[in-house]
Amino acid sequence: MKQLSLKNKKSLVGYSFIFPWIIGFLIFTAFPLVYSLFLSFQQVKLTPNGIVTTYVKFENYIYAFTVDIQYTQVLLRFLRELVISTPIIIVFSLIIALLLNQPIRWRTFFRMVFFLPVIIASGPVIMDLMEQDVTSIPSIEEYAIFDAVLSNTEGLFHTILTYLMENLVIILWYSGVQILMFLAALQKTDRQVYKAAKIDGASNWECFWKVTLPTLFPMIIVNLIYTIVTYSIFALNPVVEHIQSQMFEISTGFGYASALSWIYFLVITLVLVIGVGVLILGNKKYR
Amino acid sequence: MMDSKQKMIQKKNMSAYLTKIKSFFLGVQGNNGFFLKLCVYSLLIVIGFVYLYPLIYMGSYSFKSLEDLLNPLINWIPSTVYLENYMIAFQVLNFFPTLGQTLYVTIIPSIAQTAIAAIIGYGFARYEFPFKKIIFGIVLITFIIPPQVLMIPRYVFFNELELIGSIFSFLLPALFGQGLNSTIFILIFYQFFRMMPKALEEAANLDGAGNFRVFLTIAIPMAVPAIIIAFLFSFVWYWNETTLASLYLGNELTTIPIQLEKFSATFDELNNSQNSEGAQDINEGISMAGTLLSILPLLIVYIFTQRWFVEGVDRSGITGE
Repeated sequence: MKQLSLKNKKSLVGYSFIFPWIIGFLIFTAFPLVYSLFLSFQQVKLTPNGIVTTYVKFENYIYAFTVDIQYTQVLLRFLRELVISTPIIIVFSLIIALLLNQPIRWRTFFRMVFFLPVIIASGPVIMDLMEQDVTSIPSIEEYAIFDAVLSNTEGLFHTILTYLMENLVIILWYSGVQILMFLAALQKTDRQVYKAAKIDGASNWECFWKVTLPTLFPMIIVNLIYTIVTYSIFALNPVVEHIQSQMFEISTGFGYASALSWIYFLVITLVLVIGVGVLILGNKKYR
Repeated sequence: MMDSKQKMIQKKNMSAYLTKIKSFFLGVQGNNGFFLKLCVYSLLIVIGFVYLYPLIYMGSYSFKSLEDLLNPLINWIPSTVYLENYMIAFQVLNFFPTLGQTLYVTIIPSIAQTAIAAIIGYGFARYEFPFKKIIFGIVLITFIIPPQVLMIPRYVFFNELELIGSIFSFLLPALFGQGLNSTIFILIFYQFFRMMPKALEEAANLDGAGNFRVFLTIAIPMAVPAIIIAFLFSFVWYWNETTLASLYLGNELTTIPIQLEKFSATFDELNNSQNSEGAQDINEGISMAGTLLSILPLLIVYIFTQRWFVEGVDRSGITGE
């Protein structure tokens, strides 16, 4: 009996520690989430007496997909960019992490350089840099090759290439945190495993595919989620801009903007689920 | 007969040489050769250059006068150190007053967020209670909710309370663990406090210290590294946040990134109000000087604290399990 009461007391203390979070979650996250879902089915008018809402069923959602051509366009553009950029960011940060994991000098310096963008990359800064055209590959020789490649390709591949070339620096700039996460995971993997594999005659190449990659697999999933989330909430994202501009549009207002943000939320969740699902399925087959 | 033997020896010698050369360039097991090292270093340097290229560009252009900008012969190194760009950018950004406001709206929420994340992380790490797993799961899930979904209701809510344009619209969510990326900070502290030995806590309990005193006098002093990490990250993320800042802070408060967003508009305004005698158009040099000035405080902070940022990713512990 006494044991139980002690346990109860302990769990009460535990609750009191996380109590602020529960309150905050209810007020600042759960309630707004429900409220914005509610608003998305309403026509919202701002009057001097406060907010007046009228129920309009799925009107807002229908409007988003049928009338507001711009929204579907930016959403598709965002999705395309996301699908192109995410694998590049992850593969690239894995490569950099592998390089940094080699016994090299000035590792601290290189780490510092690769992490720097996380510190300075805010919307306006990147905007300015894009305006100055410094986000593309910085060399003219490469442009000559690039032009040759471009003139020989068509359609989807062409758009992907153009997008990549124009935004390469920015895409790379997104990978600061991911590099460090991979690096930390690499440094924690057991050296013994590699030694054993080497004794069994595995080459570096085989070691990477059979040992490194499987051990990094959980990290790849974490990085995938992190990349998609940070990419989609970044201020320069066209969808975010569109939602914000609709908020203060008189003809559409809060209700419509809420519907847009919910569509966006669902799309991101869908992408996350598909991405993680594909990775897990692929991993099962790979083994 | 002799001939073939000689050939054999020659062949052997050859292959020995080859392996030697091969091991020099490609490395023997566990030891990297020259070639591999060259590859690693050149890749790192090239990619590092691509990373820094925008910064170098900014630095170079910000010191260029109009003549230098127009002169096609001058590429990277300006002919003179031209500081006028910085003077103008300094005025346009209204640097020191804006810096003061920026620090005000970033440091206070960061402190609040760090403190609350420590408390919450401690609760999750050191206590068992019903539904703990579920609540912790919700904490993790909140990370993927885009702020845009919560933005509008929160705006309505703050508007009702007349908190738009004051720091409270930033501070209140932070104070309750719902600030920018709060999940990550809770995770950092959770990971940190889990590694704290239980014996310490028990000893203090035997000495008659209550649960909250143990937290304040034992756990917090031990968690100084985690506190620094959480504070720095939240400082940087609050600083760089512009979407929410421009919405919640309204016209009363401004931050350096927001000022940078309006840079050319402010520039024109300043120019028109002055006499048109010395008026000039905005050029690359001035706007690059503005951009560089706006990230300068962050760069300075980063140079002194980069170790903590790097460690922060290690310590978040997502890599551990």
